[in-house]
Amino acid sequence: MADQPILELKNVYSSYGSIKALKGISLKVYPGEIVAIIGANGAGKSTTLMTTCCVIPIDEGEIWYNGKAIHGTAAEALPEAGLCQVPEGRRIFPRLTVDENLTLGAFFRKDKQDIESDRQYVYDLFPILKDRHKQHGGTLSGGEQQMLAIARALMGRPKLLLLDEPSLGLAPLIVQQIFDIIKDVNKKDGTTILLVEQNANLALQAASRGYVLETGTITLEDEARKLMDNPEIRKAYLGE
Amino acid sequence: MIQEFKKVWKPYTIGLLWLLGLLWPMLGIHPDGTLSFGNTFTVWLYIATGTTICLLLYIMNKSGSLDAVSRPMAGVRDTVGQASAKVPNWVWIIILLAAAFCYPFFTGRYAQDVATNVLIYVCLGLGLNIVVGLAGMLDLGYIAFYGVGAYTYALLNIHFGMSFWICLPVAATLAMIAGSLIGYPTLRMRGDYLAIVTLGFGEIVRIILNNWMSLTNGPNGILGINPPSIYIPSFENGFSLEVLYLKKLHYLYYVALLLAIITIISVRHLNYSRIGRAWESIREDETAAELMGVNTFKLKLLAYAMGALFAGLAGAFFCARMRFVSPESFTFLESAMVLSMVVLGGMGSIPGIILGAAALIVLPEVFREFETYRMLVFGMSMVVMMLFRPAGLIPAKRMGTRGEEKE
Amino acid sequence: METFIQQLINGITLGGLYALIALGYTMVYGVIQLINFAHGEFFAAGGYMGVILLSFFTGLGYMDTHPILCLAAAFVLAMGYCAFLAVGVEKVAYKPLRRQSRLAVLLSALGMSIFLSNGMMLTQGVYDKAYPGELFQGGVNFGNITIGYLQMTIVGLTIFLLFGLNLLVFRTKIGMAMRATAQDKVMSSLVSISANRIISLTFAIGAGLAAAAGIMVGLYYGSVRYDMGFLPGIKAFAAAVLGGIGNITGAMLGGLIIGMVEIFGAGYISGQYKDVFAFIILISVLYFKPTGIMGENIDDTRV
Repeated sequence: MADQPILELKNVYSSYGSIKALKGISLKVYPGEIVAIIGANGAGKSTTLMTTCCVIPIDEGEIWYNGKAIHGTAAEALPEAGLCQVPEGRRIFPRLTVDENLTLGAFFRKDKQDIESDRQYVYDLFPILKDRHKQHGGTLSGGEQQMLAIARALMGRPKLLLLDEPSLGLAPLIVQQIFDIIKDVNKKDGTTILLVEQNANLALQAASRGYVLETGTITLEDEARKLMDNPEIRKAYLGE
Repeated sequence: MIQEFKKVWKPYTIGLLWLLGLLWPMLGIHPDGTLSFGNTFTVWLYIATGTTICLLLYIMNKSGSLDAVSRPMAGVRDTVGQASAKVPNWVWIIILLAAAFCYPFFTGRYAQDVATNVLIYVCLGLGLNIVVGLAGMLDLGYIAFYGVGAYTYALLNIHFGMSFWICLPVAATLAMIAGSLIGYPTLRMRGDYLAIVTLGFGEIVRIILNNWMSLTNGPNGILGINPPSIYIPSFENGFSLEVLYLKKLHYLYYVALLLAIITIISVRHLNYSRIGRAWESIREDETAAELMGVNTFKLKLLAYAMGALFAGLAGAFFCARMRFVSPESFTFLESAMVLSMVVLGGMGSIPGIILGAAALIVLPEVFREFETYRMLVFGMSMVVMMLFRPAGLIPAKRMGTRGEEKE
Repeated sequence: METFIQQLINGITLGGLYALIALGYTMVYGVIQLINFAHGEFFAAGGYMGVILLSFFTGLGYMDTHPILCLAAAFVLAMGYCAFLAVGVEKVAYKPLRRQSRLAVLLSALGMSIFLSNGMMLTQGVYDKAYPGELFQGGVNFGNITIGYLQMTIVGLTIFLLFGLNLLVFRTKIGMAMRATAQDKVMSSLVSISANRIISLTFAIGAGLAAAAGIMVGLYYGSVRYDMGFLPGIKAFAAAVLGGIGNITGAMLGGLIIGMVEIFGAGYISGQYKDVFAFIILISVLYFKPTGIMGENIDDTRV
C-alpha cells in the first residue's frame, strides 16, 4: 500500500434534489486496493459514487483524486484522468451495439492500435460479448449487460474503477463470474477498485477494507475481515 | 460588485460579439454588391448599451450596492403590506369594485377602450388559467374557443336575430362542447405533445373558419352584428318595452366588467372547491392523484371544458363589441399572448393574472411610439421572465405545503 | 395517371424539404426533450440569408460567371450562419433552463420564436423578399410530366444532405457520441462525452439542415417571408413525431410521408385545407401510436 490515497473524500456533503443525501462523508482509497462500501437501500451509496464522479455537485467538502482536487470539475473530464464508473443498473447504451458500447468506453483515447487490442482483451475476458458483438445492447440479458458495462469501463484503462452494485438482479453464478473478473483485474492490472454493494457478504469477501454507510454518514470503517466478524454487522448486513 | 462583474463579463462580451456577428449579415450585405458596417454597428450599439445598463443594474442589485434605495423601499413595502393585511379582504374588494364602477366617469374614450380590452383578456386569462394553472395542461390553441364563442354569436345574430344575452349561454355551451371534443383525444398525450396538438387544433379551427365560405364568409368576416341590447320601459303611447342597443363605450365597459366579475367569482369558487383541489393534485403529480382515486381523465376534460366556457363568453362579447368578426383575430399569436398573461402574471393566482392581462394590454399602449418593436420586446420578455422569474409577477400561493419543503 | 406521377414528384420534393426541417426537431428533442419552437425560424433565417447572399453575388456579377459556385457558397454560408444562430439561441434561452419545468423552457422557446421572426421582420421588411434572377428555368418533359431542373437539384441536394447526415450519425465517432447522449445523458458524461458540446452540435446541425431547406424553398417558390417558418415548422414537427421522435431515419420517412399527403391531399381532396392534413396526421399518430412509425429514441433513463 502506497502512502498517498488515490481517492480521498473529505467531509463531503451533497444533496439529491432537496434531500440531503450525504452528510459529511470521509473516506480514503489507496492504490491497488479493493475497498467496499456496504449499506442498506437508500443509505447513499450510489450518491457517493455519483458525487465522486462529479455528476452530483457537492455542497460542502472536498474530493481529491491522484493528488488533485476534482470537486467542481466537469464529469466528462474524469475518465481521461483514469476514473471510470460502472453505474447502478448497468446503463449500457440500449440502441448501440456491443461493439459501439465498447468503443465509447475508450472515447477519449487516441491510440487506435491499443484500443483494438484492449477490445480483444475484453472479448477474451467476456467471450459471450464477442459472440454478441453486433447485437444492440438493449437485447442482452441482465448478466450480459453487466459484463458489457464492466468491459466498457475497462476499455478506458482506468486507474480507479468505481462499481455500483454489480450483483444487483443477477443470478449467483454470473455474480461469481463477475466478482472473479473484478478481483482478477485488480490483481493483474493493478486497477484500484471502489465497490458499492448491498450484498455485503460478496463485497467484504472480495475487498481488503470496508466502510459502512448509514443514511448518509459513515458509521464504521475497518478491514474487511474484521467487519465480517463484527457481530453487529453480521446481524444487520450478513443475515444472521 | 466587481466580483459579480468578473464572473459574468466574459460570457457577456462573447454574447454581445455573437450578436454582432448575427446582426451584420442581415443588415450589412447589400444586393448591389457592397458591404457596409455602419448601420449594423449603430443598431448593435443601441442594443449593447441597453443590455449593459440592465446587466449593471442587475449586478448592483444582487451584490447589494443598491441597498441604499432598495432596503428602504422594501421596508416601505413591508409596512404597507402589514398594514394592509390588517384590513380585511372584503374592504379591498369593495374599494376595487367601486373604483372599477366609477372608472368611466373619470376617463375618456381611449382609456375606456383599453380598459374594456383588459377586461376581456382577464376573462380569457382566468379561463386559460383553469387549464394551465390549475390542472397543469399546456394549451396553445385556447384562442379557438374564443373564436367559437365569437362566431356563435355572430351567426345566431345575423341569421336569427337572437339577442346577445340569449346567445351568451349558447356561445358558452358551444365552446364547452368544442372543448370537450378537442380535449377528448388530446388529454391522453404527454405534456410536450399536448402543447403541440392543442396548437394544431387551434390552427385547424382557424383554417376552417377561414375557408368555410358558406358558413363563415371566410376571410371577409361577418359584418353588421348587433351589440348587446336591453329592454327598457318607455312610456310613450302607453307602457311598452323598447330595445336599447348598448353601443356606447361605457355601456360596453360595464358589460365587460360584469363578465369579468362573473369569471373571477367562478374561478375563485372553483379554486377553493373539491374540484379545484383535485385539479391541483393532478397538476402536482398525476400518477399519485390517479392512485388516490382521482379520475384524472374526467377532471382534465372538465378543466378543459370549463376553460373553453369562459373563452366562449369572452368571444361572444368581443364579437358584440366589435360588431364584426373575422378569422384574423384568432391566430396562434393570440393564444401565445393569453398564455403569457397567465404565466408571466403568475400561474394559478387570480390577482397575478389580472395584473398580467393589464400589463400586456396597457404597456403596448403606453409605448405606442415603439409599436414596431412591440412583438420583439414581447418575445424577449417571455424569455427573460422564464430566465429570471419563472413563477410570475405575483406567484400563486399553494394551498398546502409539501413534506420535503418543511425541512 | 400522369397527374399522379407529377404529384408523386412534387410530393417527393416537398417531402424531402420537410424531412430536412424535421431532422432538426427530432435530433434536438432526442437529446434534451425540448420542442424547439424556434426551429422554424432557423428555416426562415436560412431562406433570408440565401436571398441576401445570392443578391449580393448578383450585384457583384459573380452569378453570371459562376452561378453554381455562387449557389454552393450561398448554401454553405447560410447554413453556417444558421448553425451559429442556433448555438447562440441554445446558450441564451435553453441552457439556463435545463433544470426548470417543461413549461418554462417551452415558453422560452415560444418567446425566442416570436423574437426571431420579428427580428427578421425588422431587419428585412414585412414584404416578401424575392430570389434573384432566373435560376434553373425549364426542365425535362415526359409527355405531360415535367421535372424541373430546380426540382431535380432540390431532390438531389436533399438526398445528398440526408445521406451525409446518416453517415455522420451512424458511421463516425462523433455521431456515436450524439446517439449515446440521446439515449443516456448521464452515462455519456461518465464516458467522457461532453453533453454541452453534443447539444450545441445537435442544434448546429439541425439548424444547418433547416437553413438548406429554407434556401431551397426560397428558390422553388421565388420568395421568402419573415413568418414563413410557422406552418412548415409545425408540419415538420408532425413529421418528426410520425417517424418517431428522436429517430433520424424516422424523421426522414415522416417528412416524406407528410409531403406526399399534403400534395395528394391538395390535389385529390381539397386545396384549401391542405395545411390541415399534417395536423390530422400529427393528432392521429399521437393518439394511436405516440412512439411513431420507427419508435422513439430518447433518454429512457429520465423519468
